[in-house]
This record gives sequence, C-alpha cells and structure tokens, in this order.
Amino acid sequence: MATKTVTSAVGDEVRRSLAGNRRDVRETIFSLVLLLTLVVALAVLLALLFEVVRTAIPVFGSRGEQIFQTGYSSLPANAGIKQGLIGSLYLMVFVVVLAFPLGIGAAVYMEEYAKDTRLTRFINTNIRNLAGVPAIVYGILGLAIFVELLGPLTGPASVEGRSLLAGGLTIAVMVLPIVIITTAEALRAVPMSIREAGYGVGATRWEVVRSHVLPNAAPGILTGSVLSMARALGETAPLIMVGAVTGFLATRGGFLDALQQRFTSLPTLIFAYVKKPQPEFQDLASAAIVVLMVLIFVVNFAAILLRNRYERKW
Amino acid sequence: MADVTAGRREVSIGALGGDRRRHRRESFWRGLFFLSAALSIVISVAIVLSLAGGAIDFLRKVDLSTLWGSGWFPRRNMFDVKTIVAGSIVVSLIAMVVATPLGLGAALYLSEYASPRARRFLKPILETLASVPSVVMGFFALRFISPDLVQRLFGSDVPLFNMAAAGIAVGLLVTPLVASVSEDAMHAVPTSLREASYGLGAKRRTTSLRVVVPAAVSGITASLILGISRAIGETMIVAIVAGGTGGSLFTLNPLEGGQTMTAAITSLATGSDQVRGTGPAYPSLFFVGLVLFLFTLLLNLLSERFVRRVRRQY
Repeated sequence: MATKTVTSAVGDEVRRSLAGNRRDVRETIFSLVLLLTLVVALAVLLALLFEVVRTAIPVFGSRGEQIFQTGYSSLPANAGIKQGLIGSLYLMVFVVVLAFPLGIGAAVYMEEYAKDTRLTRFINTNIRNLAGVPAIVYGILGLAIFVELLGPLTGPASVEGRSLLAGGLTIAVMVLPIVIITTAEALRAVPMSIREAGYGVGATRWEVVRSHVLPNAAPGILTGSVLSMARALGETAPLIMVGAVTGFLATRGGFLDALQQRFTSLPTLIFAYVKKPQPEFQDLASAAIVVLMVLIFVVNFAAILLRNRYERKW
Repeated sequence: MADVTAGRREVSIGALGGDRRRHRRESFWRGLFFLSAALSIVISVAIVLSLAGGAIDFLRKVDLSTLWGSGWFPRRNMFDVKTIVAGSIVVSLIAMVVATPLGLGAALYLSEYASPRARRFLKPILETLASVPSVVMGFFALRFISPDLVQRLFGSDVPLFNMAAAGIAVGLLVTPLVASVSEDAMHAVPTSLREASYGLGAKRRTTSLRVVVPAAVSGITASLILGISRAIGETMIVAIVAGGTGGSLFTLNPLEGGQTMTAAITSLATGSDQVRGTGPAYPSLFFVGLVLFLFTLLLNLLSERFVRRVRRQY
C-alpha cells in the first residue's frame, strides 16, 4: 500500500518536471535579455544614421554638389568639404605606400624568419603594445618628431612644420602596428605543409615566402590592410595634434605640390564644423559625416567582399 | 656499374653552399624584413623620448605647487593633475557601465545562443558599430545622447556639455571591442565542457553562466581591461561633448562638464587654446601625454597577462 503511493508520487513528480521543463520561462527570458544587448547596439546604430542623414538631407538638397566644390570657410554658405575629402585621400596614399609594405615586411620577418629569441619576443610584445597606444599619443609623437624636429625639412617656414607630409607620416606610423598584427595572423593561417613543400624542392626562405606563403596569405593580408585603412580614414585626434584643424589644403597642384603645404582631412573638418555654434555648420558637419561614413562603408564592404571571395579553409 | 660513376661530376664542399646570387638575394630580403620589424622599436623609443622630453621641459618650467590645486587651467598656470585624471576616470567608468553589460551580453548570445545563421546576421551589427569613427560618435553624443537622453533623464538644468553623455558615447564605442575579445575567450572554451554540463542535465543558461563564463573568465577580464584602456585613450568624443574646453575645476559629478587627459591635450594643441612660447602651458601637453601613455601601457600589459592565462589553460 505505502510503497505504491510513494512510487506513484515519484512518477507524478517526474512526469510534471519533464512536461514543465519543456518551456522554461526563465530560460527564454534570459536568452531574450542577451539578445536585447544586440538590439540596443542596432538601435544605437540606426539612431545615429537616422540623426545624421536627417540633418544632412536638407544640405544635400539645397546645395547639392556645391559642397564638394568648396573648401573650409567661416561663412557657412561658402563652406564645403572639398579640401577635407582630397586631404583624406592624400593621407591614404601614405598608408598604402608606407604602412602596408613596412607592416607586411615586419610581419613576414616575425612569422617566417625570426627564431624564438629574447629579441624576437621583445619585438612581438612591443608591437602588441604599440597597437594599444591611444591614437592621440601618436599625435604627440608626430608633433614632437615630424612637426617640431623635422619641420624645417618637411616644408617651408610659413607652414611651421604642419605639412601634409607630417600628417601622412603620423597616420602611417599609427596604423603600422595594426597592419603588422593582421598580416601576421594571415601568415599564421598558411599551413606548415605548404612551406615544407617549397623547402623540399630546395627553395630558399625568400623563395618560399614569395612563391608559397605570400600568395596563399594574400587575401587575409589584403583584407586586414584594407580594414586598417578604413580605421585610418576616420582617425581624427592625431591629425589635430599635427595641425590639421585650421589647415588649408593646397588643392590646386597635385599630390606632390601639396606635400609640403598645410593640410586638412575629412574627420578634422567635421570636428571643426561640429565645434562651431551656428546650426548651419552643424548641418554641414552632418553632410560631411555622411560622405565619410559612405567612404568607410565602401572600404569595409570591399574588405568583406575580398574575404568572402578569396577566403580559404585549410 | 661503371656507367653510374662515368656521369658523376666532381662536387666540392663549396658547391654545396649553392649559388652566390641566391645567397645575396636571400640576405637582402632578410635584412629588409628585419629592418621593418626593428622599426617598431624605433617608433616606441621615439614615443617615449618625445613624451619624456616635453614632460621634463614642463617640469623644469613649472612651479611644482601648481600641480595640485583646484583645477586645470593651463593658461592661468593651474595644472591640477588630479582634475584631468579624475575626468578620465569618471568618463571611463560610465563607459564601462554601458559597455560591460552590452559587450558581455552580446558575446554570450553570439557564442552560446545564436545559430550560425543568426550569427552571420548579428555579428555585422557589432562590426559596423566598431567602424563608426569617434568624431562621428562625438557628433551623435552632442546631437542625441546629451539632449535626448541625459538631459531628459536628469532634467534640463544639466548642461549640454557633460561628462555623462561623453561616457555613454565612449561606452558604445568600446562595446564591440569588449564583445569581440570576450567572445573569442568564450569560443575557446572546449565543447567537451559544455557537453559534460548538458550531460548532467543542465540547461543552456546554467551551462553558459556556470561553465562557459567561469572557464573564460580570464579572457573576459582581459576584454574589460582593454575596454577601460581604450576608453581612457578616447579623444574626439570627449573633446566634443564633455565640455571643459580651456580648463575645468575639479569635479567628480558626471552631470557637469569636465576635462579628461585626452581632451586637455587636444585643447592645448588647437584653436584658441593653442599656446606656444616660453611658458609651461605648451609643454604640459607632453606631460599629460606621458601620464596617459603610462596609464594605458599598464592596462594593456595587465590584459595581456590575462589573455596569456587563457592560452595556457587549453
């Protein structure tokens, strides 16, 4: 008698808990709360884009492509983003010409050549720390070295060292550690067997790097480099330090003529416009932000396309 | 038998060394790669020298009693360091209050809950948020976060330029970093641990919170420290929306305007606050830069330690 009631009670309990747990309310709530964090991030992104586009549309509507034809001005009706846009593109030349090859070279040395010595480990730690140094500290570096120390070399006295050359070098130095780290990652993803195949037929280290490692790592290197360029496009603080805010870019000549002259860039122009009290400048800043964001999205999108197109799983 | 030896050439020890030209090319490339790797050390030395040089210059010129007072007003010879350090700490704390739940929640969802398809759709949200330039986030803070969030929540007697708005914006900018580093750590937790937990009948929530999070705690800590470091170094948002241009009194109230280390540096280098000449105001920016650099270096080294602990474990 007694045993029977006990087993039936246990059976009931088991049945209830099995059925009850099929839909656990607390479990669902927890996963929804976690999902909410991503929803908040998305909402912020949408609010940001909405706010920017909302204020930018009237500017594009009333002034059209005129803002692409005029430069910095204290009169909002005359002010535009031409110099900033060209200045930003000029700065990217430095990133591509200096930071990419030097960064890739450094990564190749660290991954393919360096033995595990104390010096190697020190350089490795050093590179990772450089990647964590705030951008503005690179600006101070640029101010002390490229503007003050090398100022007489980088441009005429009237520029006071605050030349495009100084700005470009500063930006290139800043992205260098990022290029090194992303390239090193891409090189590490190339399997050892690929290299061994090269060594097996008697190739030297450089021959293996050139014909086996670099071609196979190229998509990853390219993606990482392009992404670091997107980051450089939006960087503002270091450029402000080397004097881009009030800088006027000489757009008349070509890139080489502009090298020793004062410069400006799209993000620093945005900063200058945001800081102005007149609402027209605020709207102009919105328009400039739209252009900058489109530029950055295009670059990012190109990187993602590259990755999807050429990515290889070993 | 005789036929085999007939075709043999004389081989000297020297010939085993290989082609001279190949050797030269080999050492040329090796040297080039080594130089680009060594450049990172040159950059670090240059950073330290340019910061220390200016900082020593500043400490020589300044009356040391002005380093501890009631506020940071470089043009009035008031260099109260604790004002700007406190400003940086207030802004970073608010940033982490925003970024910790958002970043960790997003990481946990992406790592434990999201299906591969959902991941493909959700991850780009964080990546896009990460690609928003800080000057754009600063604009958003000024136009939306401060008037529509902070002033609405805490009353309109809160000034438009306040540290709370800056902190929230910095937090949103830091969120993707926290999410991606801690998601990497959660991803690295072996599936066998999760299976053991499920095998014992644990639910997904229990497995996430009691197994995955404790196993990934080093990486999660690293992500938070890295977030703080990034928040302290963040410049443009603070320069735009935190107020305190030109100087600030000591305050810990986030609903007031304040000056952070980074904002102090930019305002010393730009605009109406640009002070050159023999006074201590201009070199003070190097001193602040040095303090900022040491703060972030310390935090980065600390987070590196935690990351390494994760690697050792699995």
